[in-house]
Amino acid sequence: MTQTPASDTPVDPSTTDVVSIKNLSVSFSTDRGAVKAVDDVTLSVRPGEVLAIVGESGSGKTVTAKTILGLLPETATTRGAVVLRSKDGSKSNDVISLSKKQLREVRGADVSMVFQEPSTALNPVYKVGWQIAEGIRAHSNVSKKEARERAIEILGRVGIPEPETRVDYYPHQFSGGQKQRIIIAMALVLDPGLIVADEPTTALDVTVQAEILDLLRRCRDDFGTAIVLITHNMGVVADLADRVAVMYQGKLIEEAETTKLFAHPEQDYTRALLAAVPRIGQGLSQTRARTAERDAEWQAKTPLVSARDLRIEFPGRMGRGGFVAVDGISFDIREGEVLGLVGESGSGKTTTGRAIAGLNRVTGGSLTVLGQEMNGVKERAFTRVRKDIGFVFQDPASSFNPLLTVAECVAEPLVIHKRAADAQDARARVDELLEAVQLPRAYGDRYPHELSGGQRQRASLARGIALDPRLLIADEPTSALDVSVQARVLELFAELQKEFGFACLFISHDLAVVDLLADRIAVLYKGKLVEEGTGLEVLGSPKDPYTQRLLASLPVPDPVEQAQRREALRALVS
Amino acid sequence: MNTTAPKTEALSFKTPRTGGFFSRLPVVHQLRQSMGWQRGMLITGLVITGVFVLTALLAPLIAPYGFAQRKADSLAFGTQQPPSGEHLWGTTVGGYDVFSRVVWGSQTALFVIVIAVVFSIFLGVLLGLVSGYFGGWLDRVLVVLCDAIYAFPSLLLAIVMSIVISGGRSSMWGGILAAAISITVVFIPQYFRVIRAETVRIKAEAYVESARVVGASSSRIMFRHVLRNATRTLPLIFTLNSSEAILTLAGLGFLGFGIEPTAAAEWGFDLNKAVSDVSTGIWWTALFPGVAIVLVVLGITLVGESLNDLADPRLRGRRAVSAASGDVAETSVVPGGTLTAGPGGLDGLETPDPIGDEPGEVRS
Repeated sequence: MTQTPASDTPVDPSTTDVVSIKNLSVSFSTDRGAVKAVDDVTLSVRPGEVLAIVGESGSGKTVTAKTILGLLPETATTRGAVVLRSKDGSKSNDVISLSKKQLREVRGADVSMVFQEPSTALNPVYKVGWQIAEGIRAHSNVSKKEARERAIEILGRVGIPEPETRVDYYPHQFSGGQKQRIIIAMALVLDPGLIVADEPTTALDVTVQAEILDLLRRCRDDFGTAIVLITHNMGVVADLADRVAVMYQGKLIEEAETTKLFAHPEQDYTRALLAAVPRIGQGLSQTRARTAERDAEWQAKTPLVSARDLRIEFPGRMGRGGFVAVDGISFDIREGEVLGLVGESGSGKTTTGRAIAGLNRVTGGSLTVLGQEMNGVKERAFTRVRKDIGFVFQDPASSFNPLLTVAECVAEPLVIHKRAADAQDARARVDELLEAVQLPRAYGDRYPHELSGGQRQRASLARGIALDPRLLIADEPTSALDVSVQARVLELFAELQKEFGFACLFISHDLAVVDLLADRIAVLYKGKLVEEGTGLEVLGSPKDPYTQRLLASLPVPDPVEQAQRREALRALVS
Repeated sequence: MNTTAPKTEALSFKTPRTGGFFSRLPVVHQLRQSMGWQRGMLITGLVITGVFVLTALLAPLIAPYGFAQRKADSLAFGTQQPPSGEHLWGTTVGGYDVFSRVVWGSQTALFVIVIAVVFSIFLGVLLGLVSGYFGGWLDRVLVVLCDAIYAFPSLLLAIVMSIVISGGRSSMWGGILAAAISITVVFIPQYFRVIRAETVRIKAEAYVESARVVGASSSRIMFRHVLRNATRTLPLIFTLNSSEAILTLAGLGFLGFGIEPTAAAEWGFDLNKAVSDVSTGIWWTALFPGVAIVLVVLGITLVGESLNDLADPRLRGRRAVSAASGDVAETSVVPGGTLTAGPGGLDGLETPDPIGDEPGEVRS
């Protein structure tokens, strides 16, 4: 360690780095010995700059950021130096060598954090004003009244309407986006020189994400706060960051200005990472080819799935009305067609998919799945239809029984529908399926936790197509995956669809992903179908104002273009 | 795909399988995993429990006299004799050999534990599974019933049972069954609660839904997918209940609802008979059965507690690592450069570099 732990010599605050990380290495003690998470990383953040750290999960980006706040768990050991300077330049500290008490003084005052999940980062039993004031009173000796006034002021500055009354609200009275604003207010209230934002928009819908990104940009411009932004979303990076650091397996492999990195990535890995980001418009040629293959009769055939005024209501608590998740939507899925269902969280897209698979009860209207009316269906009547339906779940980590091998899991549908006596008997078919999804046969003998996320999702696909279904329902199959893995899974998905020719309901919140695969796109908003049409119609010239806003909010991985889109969105919203 | 095969080899986290099947057995696995004071706790518990089980099994060989024996070679032992070469731990007020009674008592205790746990574990797990999986009115009725049983003090229930089964004064098996059945009644709700809670949690897991989607029957889902994943906490309740079983048996014996001294040895009964001795300075009749109860309960509880700690990664102790040691795990699935196809599918495959210099140009 070359740095002195604390030096009080004032430096020029406008030029020296807010934080400079030198040769940082972090190791964790695990059940299987030491694992290195960060390997010799040197980074620095200038005042008023947004530095984005990007990389796959497990690349060490979060660990690096948490080191700045001294938030690593006890199982971690650290080497190197993280020198943090206060905003006015009056003191600088090496975070690694600080005691717990000194760390408390630094946190909040010199550096603060914005968390990924706003709903869990606020304490539900305290008023938000109290939670903000607590941070103020922990660092400076101010009266309760004064702290409250500062809380009101900061709430107003982060765009909470009527802060004088809202300061006495509890967290559950705010929406997700507003909660994230409050978290940012808490981070800003002591005017720190640096904010660490760990995936600040990942848990938010894309329209809310655009607002939060705007707010973070204002943090930098109005407050002069530097931001370390950790994200896997290249669109967010293009939108907000001034400089980008790419991490790969614990190492910093590339660092450049945002425009330079997106235009001329130097490392192969960065290039691959950027190429893997789906962009709207890429699926067009594929869709055209598929449409051309279909004959005129195709349109006239009975659809596999047909919904008319479909309504799904969840029973409410005693004395309260039910919650309407899907409110009178109508659509068709024909043989061999991919319908993309897009919407924000709570729009009813997953409920619709689950209703088709018989996992949710239909409460109104009509839903016909492979000739079976689902309104009031009995499980016994639906069982014969089940062999023609495949389902791919969102989270590959939980969609496999952890105690069965991958081969046994993939064999389950075959055994249940009596195509094979047991998992052993089905092995030949399972091996074929694993090969179809590009997994080595030997992986069948492994347990699900021994596979990576992408491999598990491929095995999940293999299970979905095991019975050669006519309809596959994919519920956000790639949203739990890293962008590079997502690219491979989507590619495989398209190939399988081409080979097996199943019809598919593809549910996603990401317009670009849906555009890659879907023949037609349906946009759901608060349980209602607001727009439906081919990818070209819906994404090329959206008619519904919500679709327009959704499309405009989607950040594209190109800083120059994103700046123009930002202006367009602002014009659209105002 | 050949390019990624060796990569993924390194990426997967394998549990070390050095000991094969043996090292993956419940307690053995935890023993290998443990370290530091947690390991000390577990080993202490295991040793005490092991000694207890061995004593119970080998009681006929270890005990110098029978549990109901009052004279050897037609010569009475004498009552309240202090420890001597003849009687290692002295004799009781009834003229029994204390050492032999303590050794034989372990056998009675073991029987009660085994019977109580076997009875309650099967019923409790089955009820919990069915109740948690199907829910509805059956679930509500069972939950209320279990809550009602919780309200009963287990000792009171045990007394009622012992009166019902054997009229209070009983033979060896009558006494053992009375204790075991009363403990069973009290323990079923515990297993029921734990398994039900786990089942309700697992029922919402994606792999159960995926089994439902492919059309698996309810019994197949329950026993193949839910049950095996719901039993993680059983070893813990198992050990804690075992120690409670011993305490209930001892309590019964102490209150005089235990087993006749001529039918079997029982620690609680001996303690009861030793109450008057304590004030007269005869310490050996109370000390040894008392210590036996404390040690067995302590041993089994230690095993249970350390299993609990080891099952939770946040409580589990680990060896400290030196600064910045270890290797970087292979976390990446698509290492730089091997991504040959872009997300555009075949279109991406045809052009070697799908980005080009102008990322915007692929847009329509």
